[in-house]
Amino acid sequence: MDWIDYLGPMLDGAWITVKLTFYSTILGAVFSFLFGLGKLARHWYFKIPSVVYIEVFRGTSLLVQMFWLFYALPLVGDILGLNMRIPPVVAGVLALSANIGAYGAEVVRGAIQAVSKKQYEAATALNFTPKQTLWRIALPQAIPEMMPPFGNLAIQNLKDTALVSLITISDLAFVSERLRNLTQESAVIYTLALFMYFGMALVLAGMLKMLSQYVGTWRRAAGGK
Amino acid sequence: MLFGIEWNTASNLAFATSILPILLIGLITTLKATVVGFILAIVIGLVLAALKGAPLKVISYPAAFVIEFLRDTPLLIQLFFVFYVLPELTGIAIPAFVAGAVALGLQYSAYCAEVYRGGLEAVPWGQHEAIKALNLPSAYGFFHIILPQAIPRIIPALGNYLVSIMKDVPILSVVTVLEMMTIARIIGDRTYNYLVPLSMVGILYLILTLLASFLVRFIDMKLPKSGIPLK
Amino acid sequence: MSEPMIKFDKVTKKFGDHVVLKELEFEVQPNEMVTIIGPSGSGKSTILRILMTLEPINGGVVYVDGEPLWHEERDGKFVPASEQHLRKMRSKLGMVFQQFNLFPHMTVRRNLTEAPIRVLGLSKKEAVERADELLEMVGLSDQADKFPAQLSGGQQQRVGIARALAMRPKILLFDEPTSALDPELVGEVLQVIRKLAEQHEFTMLLVTHEIPFARQVSDRVCFIDGGSIVEQGPPDEILTEPKEERTKEFLHAVLHPDE
Repeated sequence: MDWIDYLGPMLDGAWITVKLTFYSTILGAVFSFLFGLGKLARHWYFKIPSVVYIEVFRGTSLLVQMFWLFYALPLVGDILGLNMRIPPVVAGVLALSANIGAYGAEVVRGAIQAVSKKQYEAATALNFTPKQTLWRIALPQAIPEMMPPFGNLAIQNLKDTALVSLITISDLAFVSERLRNLTQESAVIYTLALFMYFGMALVLAGMLKMLSQYVGTWRRAAGGK
Repeated sequence: MLFGIEWNTASNLAFATSILPILLIGLITTLKATVVGFILAIVIGLVLAALKGAPLKVISYPAAFVIEFLRDTPLLIQLFFVFYVLPELTGIAIPAFVAGAVALGLQYSAYCAEVYRGGLEAVPWGQHEAIKALNLPSAYGFFHIILPQAIPRIIPALGNYLVSIMKDVPILSVVTVLEMMTIARIIGDRTYNYLVPLSMVGILYLILTLLASFLVRFIDMKLPKSGIPLK
Repeated sequence: MSEPMIKFDKVTKKFGDHVVLKELEFEVQPNEMVTIIGPSGSGKSTILRILMTLEPINGGVVYVDGEPLWHEERDGKFVPASEQHLRKMRSKLGMVFQQFNLFPHMTVRRNLTEAPIRVLGLSKKEAVERADELLEMVGLSDQADKFPAQLSGGQQQRVGIARALAMRPKILLFDEPTSALDPELVGEVLQVIRKLAEQHEFTMLLVTHEIPFARQVSDRVCFIDGGSIVEQGPPDEILTEPKEERTKEFLHAVLHPDE
């Protein structure tokens, strides 16, 4: 087979990779805000689950999490008498989202805490409610701070999608491995795969940079020096 | 049975207790892979960072490209590349463990290079000016003034990556390095009970990570923020 | 008149497109104490930084102690100075920074002995002797073994002055030495500067906003605005009866901020 022939199936795999990245990054972002804010909450019933979630999903290996969801969860279902067999794609996206969500939660928490205390004092002086303070004062200032680390997490997520190939999802990594088994032309295939991931990462990084600039417009307007 | 140790499938608890020693053998391999991968990462990262900082663009641009490339491509594919392609190119068979450690080292060298750069840049610019004003030679200034102030920031960051490397070791299972996850899968494949082995691996990882993070935080506390004191 | 210790001959300095110094002509006599005042961005710190070889120049020639600073003379022509030449010239200058720039990971004493040992080749014993003398002079003998973070701002800056003095420069440059200090700590630093000025052993250039102090210790005051000298002369003249309108406006803004 000529290397051009590899492109077709690999691009199909790459498209799966893109979709996986997209869904898991968005879901992961939701988890990040949910549990990041949850950890900052005053009530223990929000705080404790958030802390547990963050520590468990940050402290264990993503592959272990994925395998556990795919292989072990059904067995838990058997014990409970429920059908907890989830399709590979769901297991994959769930594991990816939960994992990036845990790291993202720390980013969210850190960025909100990084907002100057003086802002909170000003908000109190103007008699904002805690909810208003969070949504109108804290978050708008925290979000630009979050963008660079979120950008790194998104790229990390893209790379992590390669692991779903190990639970039988036909992403780029899976296709590459399958082609290699077929033709034994490892050098060509893996080099192609590496460059395709690299390309996707650069595109993703570019998109995030644009998003970052959009989100940070008010900051740059001020600091024009 | 694995490694000569029998497991007891009578109950889940008996099962768990009986496979624990087997998993711990895998743990040793996990730790070995982590340490070797880490050492490779900090060394290669140092070389890459030094090259990237070189004044000659002919050197710094390719170095920057390599760092970016290593950072933006998945460890899994890098591992396959090292394990399958390098032997083809060099004619030497590379054992799975070596391939795994090298892949970990390459992937994380990019992150370490960034840590070095960030740590050095965080040293206040005024320090460079003081060095110049006092006419201290730049090399001396770098090793005795700048570096001691960069280290307290660099070491904890590297420590965090050490923990990350440990969590990536299960990926080495695809080339059948006998670390914890591979062993859990083998046990699961043979007994059809994945729940117990995988959960135990998860818990063991959690314990390891918590211990390692605690250690990193401890070292972070012990390092004086203003720089390594010179007597 | 003797050879000036410092001479700026039509010196131009640009940061990108922004011209900070426009063909500046400026002289300082040996052992003269000159204070430079002016608004932000007027170029006053830049003058000091050019002298301390922290900033190169874009045009003109700077002379220090009779020799060009940023140039070397070769076959009768001026070529850009080599690092060797810069190091040689640098040894005649010392600088006290606004942010002190002490080495935080070294004790006060070691901050003072580091460069004399490494650069001047003093033995440890000689360097420590010199350091202790200087610490006595600035009133910090009992802080010798402390780290900078344990000292107040005023104490740190006094160490900064001692550190510059340890290199026995001919010219001392003070770049807004008290601007980063809490008001009650300013006096202790100014006292040390006054002591040095009264010794008349150094050529001193001081950039500051402390106008009353400048009047007391300077031999000459220069008002700089927009990259050139607007007027200069004895302190009583410039600070009490300035001739130029811009000088009057500036002094008024500094001395009477609420009006």
